[in-house]
Amino acid sequence: MSILVIAEHDGHTLNVSTARTVSCAAAIGGTIDVAVLGSGIDAIASEAAAIEGVSRVLAVSGDHLANPLAANLAPEIVALAGEYSHLLGPSTTFGKDVMPRVAALLGVNQVSDIMAVEGERQFKRPIYAGNAIIDVTVPEGATVVATARAASWKQAPQGGSAAVENRDATTSAPGHTRYVELKAAGGERPDLQSAPKVVSGGRALGSADNFELIYKLADKMGAAVGASRAAVDAGYVPNEMQVGQTGKIIAPELYMAFGISGAIQHITGIKDAGTIVAVNKDPEAPIFEIADIGLAGDLFTVIPEIEALL
Amino acid sequence: MKILVGIKRVVDYNVRIRILPDGSGVDTDGVKMSINPFDEIALEEALRIKEAGNAEEVVVVSIGSDACQQQLRTGLAMGADRAIQVQVDGPVQPLTAARALLKVVEKEQPGLVILGKQAIDDDNNQTGQMLSALWGRPQATFASKVELAGETATVTREVDSGLEVIEVDLPAVITTDLRLNEPRFVKLPDIMKAKRKPLDTLTMDELGVSAENDIQVGHHAPPPQRQRGIMVEDAQQLVDALKERGLL
Repeated sequence: MSILVIAEHDGHTLNVSTARTVSCAAAIGGTIDVAVLGSGIDAIASEAAAIEGVSRVLAVSGDHLANPLAANLAPEIVALAGEYSHLLGPSTTFGKDVMPRVAALLGVNQVSDIMAVEGERQFKRPIYAGNAIIDVTVPEGATVVATARAASWKQAPQGGSAAVENRDATTSAPGHTRYVELKAAGGERPDLQSAPKVVSGGRALGSADNFELIYKLADKMGAAVGASRAAVDAGYVPNEMQVGQTGKIIAPELYMAFGISGAIQHITGIKDAGTIVAVNKDPEAPIFEIADIGLAGDLFTVIPEIEALL
Repeated sequence: MKILVGIKRVVDYNVRIRILPDGSGVDTDGVKMSINPFDEIALEEALRIKEAGNAEEVVVVSIGSDACQQQLRTGLAMGADRAIQVQVDGPVQPLTAARALLKVVEKEQPGLVILGKQAIDDDNNQTGQMLSALWGRPQATFASKVELAGETATVTREVDSGLEVIEVDLPAVITTDLRLNEPRFVKLPDIMKAKRKPLDTLTMDELGVSAENDIQVGHHAPPPQRQRGIMVEDAQQLVDALKERGLL
């Protein structure tokens, strides 16, 4: 068995989703190679080579691979696929975009969001927003193309020293898809998907200005900031902060939800968290059903009180 | 330009699903069924493009048993001009769906195909990407804004790191994210009108498509449940409880 993990990166650094995907690959077993596709990727390839369990890094360079365009990346991944029994990507927007395109070009279905590995070709994955977990088996003879559900896999540790093999891209750009720009809110806060602590706010914050309360507490705790869909839809915060079924699915050690009622779609995004704290005015809010520590109270008084105690 | 929109019949968004006692599947008996919400957004976007004068016809297509004609009629009532049912019994996996859609695309020659980014039943998030791969055309997934200008579309995509903007040549496949638009409500006179709009049925055989490399789906189980924890009275107790757990 030989597995190729498709690395996610932003052109500068490797995304943590890659080390999580390597963990999933390790659970399957066999040799693990990582493909880094891009332009000017030496540093990123070195990062991938340092992940424990990786045998070889294929650093594939091409100007048309500089930006994460599925239409450009997929044919290049297919060109690498021949040697491998499994192709694995992260279940992030990057992996969700490119991996099904790869699967179709190879004539196979994809296993989306692997939560657990039961055998070389047998996995568990969620359906119905995580309300059912199914066993799936990929038929013999078909390449296994899959995405690893980030929240289910811990980052594989550092400590590897894989060989880096530099290659030139063997495909060229189809030309019909052009990258324009990435509008990122950016900021200096920890990354929502990898931070051990996350402080999150919901519609009860009432305005973008009031969301400052959440930012202040998060900064004092060194936490990342998340939000419910309601808060994003209301325009309090940008979309990349949304936690839940259609946003990010996260598994921090500590998740603190302020003014979030706990719609099932939100719960789906946090149920792998270590400890869930909920503060909500409504003592009947569904979030208290799954919270480890609940406090029925007004977030506008509770947050400053917590902050003062830190 | 013609726009093709895919719609899937799924268990309604508000239904709490129940797993069958033998773990063989999810109970859909007597359960409310609806258009997959992401597909409703896809149809709304197509209708808005047509209303803005950038398309002449909107065709809805569904792959499924005759029951899915109900959702196609809802699509017609929303404003689609025509409907196509690809008749098939039992579940269809994304690769087969994409192959069937490709055949419909070859027949209909749309300038744009809009699909939901995922169906809320199997949560696969694959069909749009697969269709564009097989078609050899651009994909713009997870769209939150679509702007058309001549032979190109500029699409804003909701990605983990923010909003990514790409430009694609038409024809192309776009898949929708939640914030693209808010679908309209269907009005009663439109439901009456929809009954007279054309709905054609094709079979997989007629399209020359059969399932291949299907992933075998086995046991269904409920997810592990989190237990309700403790309630504290104030911020002090909350901070103490966190310190006790070594989290602060």
